[in-house]
Amino acid sequence: MAIEYLGLSSLNGPLAVLEGVSGAAYDEIVEMTVNETQKKLGRIIEVYEDKAVIQVFGGTENMALRNTHTRLTGHPMEIGVSPDMLGRTFDGIGNPIDGLEPIQPEMRLDVNGKPLNPVAREYPRDYIRTGISAIDGLTTLIRGQKLPIFSGNGLPHNELAAQLVMQSSLGDDSDETFAVVFAAMGVKYDVAEYFERVFRESGVIDHVAMFINLANDPVVERLITPKVALTVAEYLAFEKGMHILVIMTDMTSYAEAMREVSSSKGEIPSRKGFPGYLYSDLASLYERAGIVAGRKGSVTQIPILTMPNDDITHPIPDLTGYITEGQIVLDRTLHGQSVYPPINVLPSLSRLMKDGIGSGFTREDHQAVANQLFSCYARVGDARALASVIGEDELSLIDKKYLVFGREFERRFVGQELFDNRTILDTLTLGWELLGLLPREELDRIDTKLLDQYYKPSEDSDREMNR
Amino acid sequence: MTAAGKIYGINGPIVYLAGDFGFQMNEMVYVGEERLVGEVIGLTSGRTTIQVYEETTGLKPGAPVAGTGAPVSVTLAPGILTNIFDGIERPLGAIMEESGCYIGRGVHVPSLDKEKKWQTHILAETGAYLYPGAIIAEVPETRAITHKIMVPPGVEGRVLSTVSDGAYTIEEPLVTLETGDGQSISLTMTQKWPIRVPRPTSRRYPISRPLITGQRIVDTLFPLAKGGTAAIPGGFGTGKTMMQHQIAKWSDADIIIYIGCGERGNEMTQVLEEFGELTDPKTGNPLMERTTLIANTSNMPVAAREASLYAGLTLAEYYRDMGYHVAIMADSTSRWAEALRELSGRLEEMPAEEGFPAYLASRLSQFYERAGIVETLNGNEGSVSIIGAVSPQGGDFSEPVTQNTKRFVRCFWGLDKSLAYARHFPAVQWLTSYSEYLSDLSSWYAEHVDKRFVAYRNELILLLNQESSLMEIVKLIGSDVLPDDQKLVLEIARVIRLGFLQQNAFHKDDTCVPLTKQFKMMEIILYLYQKSRSLIAMGMPMSVLKEEPVFERIIAIKYDVPNDRPELFDRYKEQVDDFYNSVIERNA
Repeated sequence: MAIEYLGLSSLNGPLAVLEGVSGAAYDEIVEMTVNETQKKLGRIIEVYEDKAVIQVFGGTENMALRNTHTRLTGHPMEIGVSPDMLGRTFDGIGNPIDGLEPIQPEMRLDVNGKPLNPVAREYPRDYIRTGISAIDGLTTLIRGQKLPIFSGNGLPHNELAAQLVMQSSLGDDSDETFAVVFAAMGVKYDVAEYFERVFRESGVIDHVAMFINLANDPVVERLITPKVALTVAEYLAFEKGMHILVIMTDMTSYAEAMREVSSSKGEIPSRKGFPGYLYSDLASLYERAGIVAGRKGSVTQIPILTMPNDDITHPIPDLTGYITEGQIVLDRTLHGQSVYPPINVLPSLSRLMKDGIGSGFTREDHQAVANQLFSCYARVGDARALASVIGEDELSLIDKKYLVFGREFERRFVGQELFDNRTILDTLTLGWELLGLLPREELDRIDTKLLDQYYKPSEDSDREMNR
Repeated sequence: MTAAGKIYGINGPIVYLAGDFGFQMNEMVYVGEERLVGEVIGLTSGRTTIQVYEETTGLKPGAPVAGTGAPVSVTLAPGILTNIFDGIERPLGAIMEESGCYIGRGVHVPSLDKEKKWQTHILAETGAYLYPGAIIAEVPETRAITHKIMVPPGVEGRVLSTVSDGAYTIEEPLVTLETGDGQSISLTMTQKWPIRVPRPTSRRYPISRPLITGQRIVDTLFPLAKGGTAAIPGGFGTGKTMMQHQIAKWSDADIIIYIGCGERGNEMTQVLEEFGELTDPKTGNPLMERTTLIANTSNMPVAAREASLYAGLTLAEYYRDMGYHVAIMADSTSRWAEALRELSGRLEEMPAEEGFPAYLASRLSQFYERAGIVETLNGNEGSVSIIGAVSPQGGDFSEPVTQNTKRFVRCFWGLDKSLAYARHFPAVQWLTSYSEYLSDLSSWYAEHVDKRFVAYRNELILLLNQESSLMEIVKLIGSDVLPDDQKLVLEIARVIRLGFLQQNAFHKDDTCVPLTKQFKMMEIILYLYQKSRSLIAMGMPMSVLKEEPVFERIIAIKYDVPNDRPELFDRYKEQVDDFYNSVIERNA
């Protein structure tokens, strides 16, 4: 029988300090009973001899120094997992909130996970068809990858994430073993509701486990939500052989929560007040994506983060970009021009793309077309900058062609209808069509052989220009 | 007698003991019941501070801490190559056998295989007097590399007896020495060396030879010397890792130590898979046979990340002592600096710039100064070159890690975001990068490649600089108004950028280019420039010159001329001459 400790020696924000304990372990979970009725969980984040600093989940409201009983559980934070979790909705620390019966766990797992041994990993090579040209063509998503969406407030990242879920699940390679784990950290009620509605309407809801921590839910729980969700994802992927897509939104709220807790612990801040371990902490989440050699399943992550003030150099997107295998960057200017999805392809990148495309995967010209589109679109920026100084009319003929190319690229290649589901071949054909707007000698990234085979100058490129 | 104590407090990877228990600074200790590996990093009479190289979840105050009496060390013996270790030289393959696909805690596996028998050829002769560093035996560690067993530093004496050639494990005695004071010591293949202490050498040689990488922008424009140091700073997605991979694959170093410090797990897996398949152009053996990986991915414990760089360096110095040229890829030193910052924050030290500890600069300098080309204790020549990736926050080179690194390296390959966005790879910005080795190496180039090499190289840089200042004007008024000779500079600079600087890592010929081809490419580009300039001087407009396909043909040389057929360049020279003549004929 575990000892219960009565009372606390101090309370400060989400942190409680308990003195006179014996046998408290670092990172252990404690159960707290407030006023003999209300149950809360807490996590020990520092121990000194007989003193433990406890991070309380569910807020410290109505807690007093005298009305709290604390019991050590002897183990770190765990969650009971079961395949029945699909189709269910949970709160930020894994309690069902959909009014249905509790989960009958098949096993209990430590939510902190353990680092995957690089030797045990398998390098991801199978692409996922998302049906979105800008992603499939230029920043191909690979099974087992972690590819975040860098967005800003007011940009349609939720729509894009929902579209990704549906189209990659309902594509050609759809099978029963596909499932989604959705983790919402500090999101608005409407956002959580939007995702649930879209999942329900499109019929994937039975394959989704949702973990919801709303914006007004306790901040400390937010720190556990992605860990719980990823533990479930790893279980489903590596124990049950399923292909799991994990959507985590919004990573910015998660990092803000970390800063809040860190500052109430009195830690020394590094950049912009975030704790020095922000990188390691984010990495411990993102690195849980991947494929284990010899097992069937995979964990693919699409974290969503809103860049504060659209600033990609802010510590949260910056450190994320250094950990994840690329990024998809949304752009406010494109959004303003009603381009959906407003993906700014130049800073967007998929690091695993090069090994998952080309002959045997997509088509032999894929990499070359992608490089050429990137390179030409980068040139469009120069032409536009020049046009804004000397006026479009004064541009050289070739620069004018680039302007037309840029316009068409944004309108037809990047832009597509919501829930328009294109095949890879559609995307590549469209790419060649756009490159046809430019003279052949401008295409310096493509082999002569491929040019001979696929390049066709657009007949109406001059007509386009007069428009 | 080793010291022992009890845990007082735990904060993340830092563990405190109340009082002084007789531990030494940097001593390796075992923490808790699970015997987690740790290192003593602070001692006062009232408190002992230990950083733990594994997750501290579940540790309790009062748990035992046992000393080992020795500093944190690596084991040096055959079996290092082709292996993959974590930050404190624990083999990840063996850890997987022990604890499955996740890395468990408190796993105790020997650094190197103690069972394996190595075919050994004994060189030491009975009666000879051996000094530290003397080679006593040779073991073919892989097909490419012969592992030389040496007398450890600090040990010397007369050989009393040796075993005969045969197969031995790394712990079996090979040679028995009688030291000056009459003691006898038996030597095995194994040495231990503390990771934070540089291994001794006889003396340092001045820089004299380039580390040839097969990458044009490096070899021709900003060369790195054997025994030199280079930094690759760049924001995310600019191709740091790609560039490190290219150099690890194709450089003419004998041994590669690849340190993945706080980076992605999938990248290490990729290196493992890819290097196992690719063959070394020099020896025809798999690249992995000359490579050792140290993987401390971003989700592995942060203290081991700090140690991983030193562990890698010590392995490199050990192979250098055998007389090999070793190149270290440290990807990324910023993660290492951040590990310092994280630990420093936990220790509640006073932060300096951007929260980094004030000793960041001195730690960086200690790291980079362990590079060098040296005379080893046994009189051979060996070198350690360090190529460190830097991941500046927000891609801003003014941050402390980049700035301090710049002070201690002599080669700076700055990666540029806008080049990467346009998919110009390697995205080394030619205007901001530099190499201080150029003058040290110019005589080598003159002797081994061509007398005109450095002059041509300077001409290339000059053209690129001219282009950059012309572009300032073009940005304001467009290129149409420029005089023809300036238009020519822009065109030739384009040829240089696309045909020379840009290099395709996925093309079988272009991925690694020999120096002779690099020189010939420069030569033909400059020949084209010279001929075009005389045409312009005759009054031919640039628009006429551009009608000819010769510019595009020269850009395509990198793909069209195989690396082993330099004689094809003569044809290109003819083409340039034809172009010259035909322009004159048609427009005279």
